[in-house]
Formats: sequence, C-alpha cells, structure tokens
Amino acid sequence: MAEKTINITLKVWREGGKYGSGKFETYPLKDIGTDMSFLEMFDVLNEELVSKKEMPVAFEHDCREGICGTCSMVIDGQPHGPMKGTTTCQLHMRSFKDGATITVEPFRAKAFPVIRDLVVDRSSFDAIIQAGGYISVNTGQAQDANSIPIEKETSEKAFDAATCIGCGACVAACPNSAAMLFTSAKVSHLGTMPQGKVEADKRVQAMVNQMDKEGFGMCSNVKACEAECPKEISVENIAIMNRAYMSSVLGSDKEA
Amino acid sequence: MSDKLKSNVPEGELADKWVNYRGTMPLVAPNNKRRIEIIVVGTGLAGAAAAATLGELGYNVKCFTFHDSPRRAHSVAAQGGINAAKNYQNDGDSVYRLFYDTIKGGDYRARESNVHRLAEVSRDIIDQCVAQGVPFAREYGGLLANRSFGGVQVQRTFYARGQTGQQLLIGAYSALSRQINRGSVKMYNRHEMLDLVLVDGKARGIITRNLLNGKIESHAAHSVVLATGGYGNVFYLSTNAMNSNVSAAWRAHKKGAYFANPCYTQIHPTCIPVSGEYQSKLTLMSESLRNDGRVWVPKKKEDCKKDPTTIPEEDRDYYLERIYPAFGNLVPRDVASRAAKYVTDEGRGVGATGLAVYLDFASAIERYGKSEAIAKGMINPSAAKIKEMGEAAVKERYGNLFHMYEKITDENPYKTPMKIFPAVHYTMGGIWVDYNLQTTIPGCFALGEANFSDHGANRLGASALMQGLADGYFVIPYTIGTFLSKEIRTPKIASDLPEFKKAEEAVTSRINQLLNVGGNQSVESFHRRLGRIMWDYCGMSRNAEGLAKARTMIQELRKEFYSDVFVPGTNEEYNPELEKALRVADFLELGELMVCDALDRNESCGGHFREEYQEEGGEAKRNDNDYMYVAAWEYLNGPDWELHKENLKYENIEVKTRSYK
Repeated sequence: MAEKTINITLKVWREGGKYGSGKFETYPLKDIGTDMSFLEMFDVLNEELVSKKEMPVAFEHDCREGICGTCSMVIDGQPHGPMKGTTTCQLHMRSFKDGATITVEPFRAKAFPVIRDLVVDRSSFDAIIQAGGYISVNTGQAQDANSIPIEKETSEKAFDAATCIGCGACVAACPNSAAMLFTSAKVSHLGTMPQGKVEADKRVQAMVNQMDKEGFGMCSNVKACEAECPKEISVENIAIMNRAYMSSVLGSDKEA
Repeated sequence: MSDKLKSNVPEGELADKWVNYRGTMPLVAPNNKRRIEIIVVGTGLAGAAAAATLGELGYNVKCFTFHDSPRRAHSVAAQGGINAAKNYQNDGDSVYRLFYDTIKGGDYRARESNVHRLAEVSRDIIDQCVAQGVPFAREYGGLLANRSFGGVQVQRTFYARGQTGQQLLIGAYSALSRQINRGSVKMYNRHEMLDLVLVDGKARGIITRNLLNGKIESHAAHSVVLATGGYGNVFYLSTNAMNSNVSAAWRAHKKGAYFANPCYTQIHPTCIPVSGEYQSKLTLMSESLRNDGRVWVPKKKEDCKKDPTTIPEEDRDYYLERIYPAFGNLVPRDVASRAAKYVTDEGRGVGATGLAVYLDFASAIERYGKSEAIAKGMINPSAAKIKEMGEAAVKERYGNLFHMYEKITDENPYKTPMKIFPAVHYTMGGIWVDYNLQTTIPGCFALGEANFSDHGANRLGASALMQGLADGYFVIPYTIGTFLSKEIRTPKIASDLPEFKKAEEAVTSRINQLLNVGGNQSVESFHRRLGRIMWDYCGMSRNAEGLAKARTMIQELRKEFYSDVFVPGTNEEYNPELEKALRVADFLELGELMVCDALDRNESCGGHFREEYQEEGGEAKRNDNDYMYVAAWEYLNGPDWELHKENLKYENIEVKTRSYK
C-alpha cells in the first residue's frame, strides 16, 4: 500500500479539567496517513499533546473492530462520521479530503451527560435493559436447544435487531434525543423469537417506562437514528415496539 | 509437586468424575447463601455468566468492570463460533471426541479431567443460550446450523453470523441485567481492580479505583472470582481490545496466586496485516473463513508483487493443502501460523511489507455459485451469473467479515484475495487453578481466559467462548461451594479491616509513584517498545539466546519506565493515561515472567515454538519425558519467580506426536 497522507485541522470539543464547561480547541495535524483509522489519528494527536505535557483528548474506545459500541463521537455533525454503517473506530482517514477541517463533538443528549471531552455517560441504556431486556430463564432450566425450532427468516429478523451494539448513535442523531431505536431493537429481538414471547407484554411496558424515566425524548419519525446507526438497524423495529406496547396496554389486563 | 499445587481432581473414571463430584460435593443451603457475599471481577462471558448464575442461586454478588457497561467486555468481539458436542449433524461427534480434539489440539499440555468436564457441559451451554434468545444460525427446517473449525473433523461449531461472541455476551449480559434488576447483583461500572486483599490467608476483597474520580475504594466479600481475560496486550499489537490488560490477574499473582504456563501464547493465523507505524491494534479475520478460503502464496518470489488474480493456478502454492492433506486449510492455529512464517521467511510473502499471505475465496464462490445454479434448475448459467450467485452465498456466510475487511483495507475481498498474517490473539496461560477453579490463594477463583486450565499449549478455534461460558454458568456455581460451605459461620467481612487500609495505601503510593516520575516519554511509547521485544524474542518462534537477551532488555526498559515515564494530570480525575500507566507497569513485569517460562521450557509444543527443538520439516518437537508438566510460577520479590511443577497424567488418551498430515 503506497501511503497517501493528508493535512487536516481538527476542531475538538474539550470539557472538564481546565476547560470547565467546555469549548472547542483547534489542532492542526500534518501528514496523516489515509490508511489510519479515525481513532489512530486521535492517538497521534494525543501522543503530541502528551509530549507537550498537556492532557490528551479523552475519548472512549476499546475493541476498535466496530462491535463493542464504546466509541462515540459526532464527526462533522454525524454520529460516527460520514460513512454509512460504520463505527468511528472503523472509519478511516481516506474518507477525508486533504485540507479538511473536521469538527468532533461528544454524543449530546440529556440522558447522556458529558464526563470529559468526548466521553459521555450512557448508563441509562443499561437501566433500560435491566428493566426487562431479557428472557427470564435461570441457568440450568433450559430444554434441549433443538426442541424450539425457529423459522430461518424469523431467526434472521431477530438477529438483525440483535446486532445493536448499544453505542447510542441513535440518540445522538435524534433531534429529540429519543432512545426508541435502541429500546425497540431489544424489544423486537426478543419478542420475535418464541422463547421471548412469554414475557413480551411485560417486557415492552417495563422497558418503555424505564426509557421515559431516564429522560430520553419522544419519537417524531425523523428516522435519523436509522440513517446513523452503525449496524443499520431498521426503524421498522420502532413500529414493532409501538404495536407491541399498544397491544400490551389495550389487549391485556396488565397495568401500563 | 509442591503441596500448594493440589489439583483436587476427583477419583473415579474420567467420564464419571464430574457427575459424581457434583452429586456429592458440599453445598451451601439457600438460607446461608443469602448471607454470603461474592465479588466477581470482569463481565465477559465467564464473568457475566458467573455473576448472573451466582445471583440466581441466591448469593449476594458484587460485580466489577472497568468498562462503562458490562456489555463492552472483549468477549463481544469473538467472531466465529462456539463448540459443543451435540452431534446434531450426525457426523460422529461425542463428548469423548471433543475432549480428545481439545487435548490433542493443546499438544498434550492440558489437564484431562478439566477438559473432559468442559466437553460434558458444552451441550448445556447451547441449550442455555438458545433459551436466553441467542439467535444462532439455523437451517431452513428451523433447527440449529453448524460449521467446522480448525483441528477438527466434525461440524460442531454453533455460530451467529460472524458475531457469535457479541450474541453470547448479550445473552450473558441480559442474564446479568436481570439479576441487577432483582438486586442480587450490585454492578460497579468504571471500577478497575488494583489489588486483591487477603485476610488470614484467604481472598476477602479487592481495592478498586473509580475511573471517573480516582477514588480508591475497598470492597469486601467472602470470596473473589477473577474473570478478567487474557494478557495478549503485553505484545502491544494484538487482536485484544485496547483496554484489555493483565492487572487484576497480576495483582492476584503478586499476592500469592501462581501463574501457569505464561509463555503459551496463541498467534492467530488470519489477521489483517500491519499497515503502518501508527497501528494501534490488529484485527482478526475469523478462522471460520478457512472453511471456504484457501491459503496460498506464489511459488516464485518474483510473482509476489503481482496482482494475485493474474497469477495462474500452476504458479500458486496452496501450502497448507500441500503439507497437510488430511486437514488442509483447517489445521490448528499454531500450525497454520508457523507455516505462514516459513513461507514469508522464504521470501514468498505478499503485500507491501512482504509479511502477508493470501486467503482466497475464488473457488468457494465458484463452488457455491454452481450449486445454487443446480438448486435453481438453471441450464448453462454464464460464468458471471455463477459468480454473482456464489458471491451472494459467501456474503450470507461471512458478509460482516468481508465488510470489515473492506473498511480497513479498502480492498474488495470478493474480487481479490484477502491478505492475512498471524497476530497475537489469545493466551492459553493464566492463573493456575485446581479442578474447582480455585487459585493457590484460598477463596480466590479464576475463570475463562484468565485461568490456564483447558487449552494446554494451543487453543482450538471456537473453544474460548465454550470455556468462558462453561466456567461461568456450569462450573463455578457448584465448585465455589467447596470453599464457601466452610464459610457459613463467617460473618460479613468488614472493608475497614487493617488489611484493606494497608492495601489502599499501597495502591495510592503506586499511583503517586507513577504521577511523580515526571519524565519525558509517554506510557504508549514504553508499551510499544515492550511489545516489540516480546514479538521479536518471545513471539512466533523463540530461542534460548534471544530469550535471555529479552529478559535483560525488559528489566532495563522497566527501570527506564520508572525513571522517565510521563503521566499527565492527577489521580482525582478521569485520566486514561494514568489507567494505561498502571496497566503497562504490570505488563512490564509479566513480560519478564513470560520470557523466563519460555526459557525454562526446552521443547516446542503448541503455541510455544523453540527453534532449537524442531522435527525435520519444522514441526514442533515435544519432550514428554521432561516437560509434561504445568509450569506454575510463584512470585518472589525482585521481581523473581520460583517454578512449581504440576505433572500431567494422560490415562484416557494415547499421547502421540500431533499430526495433521
């Protein structure tokens, strides 16, 4: 691979420590290899800052393979940047032009308070799952795996929803900071499979109620969540969840 | 054998050991479980499964992760699948065969009884995961699908596209979330374990640092379970996540837990090659790709820079198929990696650096395309149509992997072969544990990749997920009772005992030491240099001279670290550089132990290849007379170590030279 390089200007949101309630800081970067990932570009910047004895830019990252859901940046206005179906860690500098100014901010939402620079607190997602995002089966209670045949298409559909990595890009993309795509992906994953149908009514109510409690906004069908989702999870799941929620409220004697 | 190294393997026939033991081991009654506290560190497959199951049983569990959420643990990144002796394919699989393959794959360096138990419970894991809603791949009839992995001649691998680890982890995470909701598990996110606390010789708690504000906290319990993963990041470049580290395990080691077989490292043959100096990590391409991908390099050196699609069949060397006709492209990982090293050493490597081989899907695309055409009743389909249908079939199997490869390399693997090269992936070594998964510290248990127990000198593909979940769901919930049944009269452990205060002070002074060096080199630069030493001298092949040199180099690097590292900021804030510094400090000690272990083991076995000990043709040459033991290292100050040996006995399997030819 003959290495191409570009020069860029980074405008990065810094918050906490000496930056207090936050401001943009500008960093020019030279000779950035286009085969570098976006986070490796941040590594280079941070090495530079450390060599100047400054605090590096705090950002979250871990697997760098697009699956753990840890990385979370809004790049030029888009969660995870310009490439469709891609997390920040899998975005490469070849997606940017020489001379570009790139603006990087944290995921912003009331339910995702900023911790430092680009790091936010997403424990509200855990709270939604804890409210009911599971099938209540204790270890050892299961029957033989093949005793529950599931139509391949059904299983695939559940899978498409189950690929959610819990990154929160859907919330960051939504003008209302709604967590509908995240919540509905879990409701739909479990509710689609026969194992998950038993508790479906209870689950959808518990999860939706928790979602509201955490301070996420309402859905107004903008569909920005689907457009920015690095796993390309469909908004159809939101419709599935709304239907499940309505029928659980209207069609059963259980309380909402 | 040292008296601390009692393996506590139950008596009786191999196949009956676990069942009989389970039926007769001491239990803790439900009313007593309510009064007992357990700390679980780590929320990967082993940790989340253990915390959830122990919570279900009625224990009070406190669970810790340094991540912002338990769902981020690196088990999430496992791609290919999970083995289980279900024999759903009717191809002759059995518990014994899975046991046999695992022992053989591990090059006869694993403990028979543990591996047999693993094979037994493998079947329950699949049942459990399906019940939790894990969407495993299915056939059109609605039943579960399987594929093959390396070192195996049956199809026993269950999978969920190329993201099996993610789906299994979500299953374990959801079980854990349910227990958090019930209040049986208290979850501590963004807390890093920085020390293990012993009271009267028993593990009774941990010291953590709250990563948000630097607060040093004591947490007490009756018992501590470590499920903190492997130490592959000692090499700097590996397929591990950026934050994967050895610190929790290392702190237990320094408090008396023996560390076993540290030199057994798995170099995975199919990773995306290094592309530049800035490289921060390496990305795996699942071994499942070797079901359909063919590995080759050009026969002639001068072809290495050519466009591979223009090189005719007769000028290609499908070297795995040539050398190992019985297993072909599906030889175990250590064998495949070494073969890739040999061909690149000969100068036949490809890519810009010459450190890559091809993994080619052209024949699979053609084969699948033709079979689709037949299935659809097409007469004389065009080559383009066959290719199109074949590509679709390959996409269905490996779509997300191909997508990931293209994103990273900017090359389309449907059209041109992938370029791959071996990279550090997994560590078979780890904390020594007995049959109960208890370490040499009473009350301290180790699960999953953090322990050493099941994979010997080489792990077979799709066995890590199996072991993590086996330990967490089906082993520790029982075996922890052997310790806790004697603790039912022990009152709640207070976290303000002098032992905790002392440990807190030690942690604080370690942190201050790092912050006060005030040198000129970044933590990252030290980590990178350590990784380089490890890869050059303790990587894919090792020799006595290099290892001895490496030991000195590591000692010098460690000295330099403590005199010239620069860690910005303070303890009392969110400070990833400080987190990294604490982890690298531990890697700098572990690296030395790995080198000592590799130097002690004067043989080649599995992932440990000593150049001095090889058969003709470069195959590993084991020395069963002198080295059929687990090397369990006791920490002494200095740091220095004392070797203890657990001799391995094979009573149910014939020990022979591993052959995949």
